[in-house]
Amino acid sequence: MNLPVVVIAACAAALAASPSFADAKSEAKSQVEFGINVAQRGLWREAIYRWQKATELDPTYVAAYNDLAIAYEHEGQLDKARKAYDKAIELDPNNVQVRQNYELFKEINDRTSQAKAK
Amino acid sequence: MTGPAKPKQSSLAIAVIAAGCAALALACGPDSYEIPIETPIQPKMDVSPFQRVLVVGFVAGGSEDVDTNQETVRLLRSQLRTKSSLKVIDADILALIDIAKEQSLGTAGNAPDDVTSGTAPANRASTDKTNQTLALPQNIKDEKDLEPYERLFANTAYWKRIGEEFQNPLIVTGTVLFSSRSTSGFVQRDQESYDSLGRRVVRPVRQYMERKGFILRPKFVFIDGRTGATMYSESYREEILYNAQQNTPALSSYFELMDRLVPNFLSALSSQKIRGTRVLLK
Repeated sequence: MNLPVVVIAACAAALAASPSFADAKSEAKSQVEFGINVAQRGLWREAIYRWQKATELDPTYVAAYNDLAIAYEHEGQLDKARKAYDKAIELDPNNVQVRQNYELFKEINDRTSQAKAK
Repeated sequence: MTGPAKPKQSSLAIAVIAAGCAALALACGPDSYEIPIETPIQPKMDVSPFQRVLVVGFVAGGSEDVDTNQETVRLLRSQLRTKSSLKVIDADILALIDIAKEQSLGTAGNAPDDVTSGTAPANRASTDKTNQTLALPQNIKDEKDLEPYERLFANTAYWKRIGEEFQNPLIVTGTVLFSSRSTSGFVQRDQESYDSLGRRVVRPVRQYMERKGFILRPKFVFIDGRTGATMYSESYREEILYNAQQNTPALSSYFELMDRLVPNFLSALSSQKIRGTRVLLK
């Protein structure tokens, strides 16, 4: 008797929860797409705003963190860029494109601290 | 009669599915976009108290095919003129090796006075030791030979005097070692070939090679012309190797190596933009 009740309850919960979750994901996706669009026109600050929003809507969205990291790089905010790349890699350690971006970022970042400061 | 109709229907279905997939793919668009970016890099030093910069000269050594002191000063001055906001002072290039030697002789010159004035043997021994540590090599061949010259950059009184002479600029100096190098060993390189179907195939091949080239080891020292104190210094090492048969002039190798280092040098005193490309994801 208990099992069907549990199953029904779980299904009801899933049905209730999934639309809003799907909505958030879909909204995050459109924010990322809009961000790409404006970044391609050189409006990087607007892109940052969009991609930040996307990460708030879907904190597991790898692309949003990757894009945000690139925008921070372009703005010279290297600490923030590193944090965003770290998050993207934490979410998807095997993503080749994110890793490639991160390696290029590290090259620049290391170059600035490479010199032996006295 | 119905037999031949069946394949026609199935091929039509495949065509419809393929067209549907293609339309869907087009509607979704690509998942990644390559985008050019320019990363601004903040200068490593605060040069706001200075309006002028004096690239004074370098303690240079290594290959005799290139006048490393002259070439380094000329190159850095021209780069600073176009890529920094500081006004570059055009002054005679100092032969810092000779200046270091003069300073060294000046210090050592006090020793005989001490002896004649009846210094105890123990003190004389210590003076001799000091003179030994002050000894500057005639020819600079490696980094070890450059070490004794380092104390020139710590001579704040000297640099303060230079600063006063040129109205307190930012002073750029240091050491540059440009030396030839030859090596032999196995080198991995990509070999291009075409298979029986005419496709291009690239395979890594290990090959024994005799190579020669150059190493450039500069140390840039930035001195505050107002106080004579070192503000910042940085060292680099770059190397280039060619096939032993290739005859590349030393001067062109020097410029090739300096070309790699100049952005790092400039980023010490002015903000730079580093161009690159990244991949945006959807």
